[in-house]
Amino acid sequence: MRNAERTELSKAMSPAAEEAAGGLPLELTAISYSYGARKALDDVTFSIEAGRFAVLLGLNGAGKTTLFSLISHLFATRAGRIRVFGHDINRKPGLALRRLGIVFQARTLDLDLSVRQNLSYHAALHGIGGRQASQRIDELMTSIDMADRLHDKARSLSGGQIRRVEIVRALLHRPSLLLLDEATVGLDIKSRATILADIRKLVDRDRISVLWATHLIDEVNAADQVVVLDRGRLVADGRVADIIAGTATETINQAFSKLTGITDIRSAGARP
Amino acid sequence: MTDITFAELSDRRRFGMLQYLVCLKGILVREGLRYLNQRERFISSLVRPLLWLFIFAAGFRQVLGVSIIPPYQTYVLYEVYITPGLCGMILLFSGMQSSLSMVYDREMGNMRTLLISPFPRWFLLVAKLLAGVAVSIIQVYVFLAIAWFWGVKAPVVGYALVLPALFLSGLMLGALGMLLSSAIKQLENFAGVMNFVIFPMYFASAALYPLWRVQESSPLLYTICRLNPFTYAVELIRFSFYGRIEWTSLAVVIAFMLVFMGAAIIAYDPARGLMLRKQETGGS
Repeated sequence: MRNAERTELSKAMSPAAEEAAGGLPLELTAISYSYGARKALDDVTFSIEAGRFAVLLGLNGAGKTTLFSLISHLFATRAGRIRVFGHDINRKPGLALRRLGIVFQARTLDLDLSVRQNLSYHAALHGIGGRQASQRIDELMTSIDMADRLHDKARSLSGGQIRRVEIVRALLHRPSLLLLDEATVGLDIKSRATILADIRKLVDRDRISVLWATHLIDEVNAADQVVVLDRGRLVADGRVADIIAGTATETINQAFSKLTGITDIRSAGARP
Repeated sequence: MTDITFAELSDRRRFGMLQYLVCLKGILVREGLRYLNQRERFISSLVRPLLWLFIFAAGFRQVLGVSIIPPYQTYVLYEVYITPGLCGMILLFSGMQSSLSMVYDREMGNMRTLLISPFPRWFLLVAKLLAGVAVSIIQVYVFLAIAWFWGVKAPVVGYALVLPALFLSGLMLGALGMLLSSAIKQLENFAGVMNFVIFPMYFASAALYPLWRVQESSPLLYTICRLNPFTYAVELIRFSFYGRIEWTSLAVVIAFMLVFMGAAIIAYDPARGLMLRKQETGGS
């Protein structure tokens, strides 16, 4: 179905109907973005299907955070188009943002407030209050075994616990697409594994779509969709096996090295 | 109040009035909690005007005797004259404090939580503004209560009548703070706001001296005071204490409130405002 036709249809449909009718969780078409003369994103086009775990892979400075800022409408798209379940983020930001759960790279909990106060605030920002918000907070915090920390100040939590609370916060309003920007950066191996497992469980159990931005290749699974960004350009998009085959390599590590031009994959993260 | 299910919520294409109220309440509660958690902020917001009242006003009472000018119907002590200006001072500093907190929130990332809410951005900013004003009005009333015990009193009914004037003035100054916060790149730059906005606004106004006295000593300063919106906020508050409306001040305060608020909303629009220019220079 052509985009124009889909737009016309979506005007008369509920979000659920749009999704059923083919509005993809995320569609980026020819996205470019510059900071002054410096081009951060150059003609990036890709999409994510429902219930898919997609990894946005790129070194630091590849444009991942800029892309997240555009998808979450912190920045306005000036070239290209972003649609979330068929809703153009520039024209209908409210409808698009209601379907999104976002975890930013920077920690965004208010450290002076308790965990419950932080979560209640976020629920209110999505129009959810009172008993319903309270029940949802209890349910999610219990699911990550942190219900006993609800009344603690966010300041008293470890880095991994803060991140898990931020993920709970992003899930409070039951989003259909979860965006996580370098969610495991700065965490120990155990916390990284726990968080990644939690998110993969959400995809399997609840059919939530996930865009997981990272520069850590070991976070990629064979079944994932992988989108590789390099200096603002999209250099690969597909299943792991397709990318390996397309680059004539044997592993995703080698494929990533070849696509981004780095020689030592162990130092992947910052471009030399 | 919130007997609406998630399914209903996601099926609705627009938020209803109930959800707007839930959101507003959430922002008000958060601002209140932050304020309660920052006791130093509460104390310093009171110490500043009380120092002016207890020390400055007492010391200058003889030097700066005030003649009978409206709304006063008799000679008044300098402490009485200066009190509306000190209420304005609390609102001014509080508005700028909110601005500082927005810059801090932006640097720390907390601001993103607000800006990714699906509610319209103008609503989120106005709600944040209202929350800041509510907190600053509480500060003003605590200050007035202390002043009352110090013997600085207005007519009892004036304490209720002044509320709308405090609210409008608070909104105007809070909106100015919000506008400034969108233009300030880093927390360190906030010192410039103190030097170039807060102090000139406060001193070049009718807060400390009646304008006729200023005019006598410096016609240029008098003109600057007349151009300063803070002068009108102070006069609006002063007249309200005595149950009178200073219509020019009311019109000026409302006009500047709308201008500052409109400019702040544009400035925080990702497509049009100052935030965009900040992005272009590589800011976050």
